[in-house]
Amino acid sequence: MSEFSEIWTYLAEGPLLWLAATLIAYSIGDALFKFSGRKPLVNPVLIAVVLLAGLLGATDTSYATYFEGAQFVHFMLGPATVALAIPLYVNLNRIREAALPIFLALVVGSLTAIISALGIAYALGVRGEVLLSIAPKSATAPVALGVSEAIGGSPTLTAVLVILTGITGAVVATPLLNLMGIKDWRARGFAVGVAAHGIGTARAFQVNETAGAFAGVGMGLNALLTALAAPYIIRIFL
Amino acid sequence: MILHITILLCFQLAGEVLSRALGTPVPGPVLGMAMLVGALLVFPRLAETIRSTAQGLLAHLSLLFVPAGVGIVGHLDKLGANAGPIIIAIIGSTVLAIVAGVLTFVGVSRLVGAKDV
Repeated sequence: MSEFSEIWTYLAEGPLLWLAATLIAYSIGDALFKFSGRKPLVNPVLIAVVLLAGLLGATDTSYATYFEGAQFVHFMLGPATVALAIPLYVNLNRIREAALPIFLALVVGSLTAIISALGIAYALGVRGEVLLSIAPKSATAPVALGVSEAIGGSPTLTAVLVILTGITGAVVATPLLNLMGIKDWRARGFAVGVAAHGIGTARAFQVNETAGAFAGVGMGLNALLTALAAPYIIRIFL
Repeated sequence: MILHITILLCFQLAGEVLSRALGTPVPGPVLGMAMLVGALLVFPRLAETIRSTAQGLLAHLSLLFVPAGVGIVGHLDKLGANAGPIIIAIIGSTVLAIVAGVLTFVGVSRLVGAKDV
C-alpha cells in the first residue's frame, strides 16, 4: 500500500484532482446558496474561489498546477458564450421590441460604468497605469484585457478588476433592484449584463430566464461599446 | 449531446477565425454567438435541437468563472497601496452603472411605450 504522500504527489500533478476540487468547491458554494434561501450575498462563485484559494495555499500548490485541471471548466466559457444565442434567439421579438430602451440603457450604463470608476478612483488619488486599468472593468474579460493593453493599463490588474466587478454586480444586483422596486425583468437583466458582464449574466440566469437573456445582450453590446469608447474617455483623466 | 457540443464548438471556431481575420476587438465566442443567432433565423429547427444542452450549460454559467476567480487571488497584491480606493471605485461604479442602466431602460420603455411582448 502506498503512503498517503505518494498518492498525493501522484494526484497533485495530474488534472483530475483539481478538476474534481473545482466542481466540489462549486457544489459546496451552490449548496450553501440554496441552504441560505438563495441569499445573493452567499454567492457560489465567491465561496468556491475562497475555498479553492485556501486549499491551494494550504497545500502549497501553484496556480499553474491548479489550472492544469481547472482549464477544462474554464474552457467551457467559449461554448457557453456561443450558447447564449439560444435565449437571444428565443427572445428576439422582445429584444427587437425594446430596441430603443436597450440602445439608450447601453449608452448610459456603459458610460456610467467607465466614467464613474475612473472618477471615483481619480478623486481618491489613483493615477497612472493603475487608473487606466480600471476603465474597461465592466466589459467581458477578453475585451477588457485587450482594451487595457491598448490604452496603457496593466492587463493582469484589469483581469483582477473585471472579476471583482462581476462578483460585486452578482452580489448587489438583486437587493439593489428590489430596493428600487424595479419589476421589469428585461431592464433588470440588461443593466446587470452591461455593468457586470458574464458573472452578472450568470447570476441573472439563476434568478430569471428573461433577465438572463437580456443580460447576455447587455454583456455583448457593452463589450463593443467599451472597446470603442474607453480610449476616448480616458483622455479626460490624463 | 456530443452533436450539440460539436455545433457550439464549430460556431466558436468560426467566430474565432472571423475575429482574427477582421482584426476586431470583439472576441471569437461573441461573434460565434452572433453567427449562431443568424443560423437559427435561417434554420429554426436547430434551436430545438441544441436547446437542452445550451440551457444546461447556461444554468451553470457561474461555475465556469471559478478558475479565473481563483487566478485573481494571487494577484490581489497588485492592487497594492491603492487597494482601498480601487475597491471603493469598483463597488461604487458597479452600483451606479446598474442604477443608471436600469432607470434608463425603464424610463425609455415607458416613454416610447415599448411594452414587453
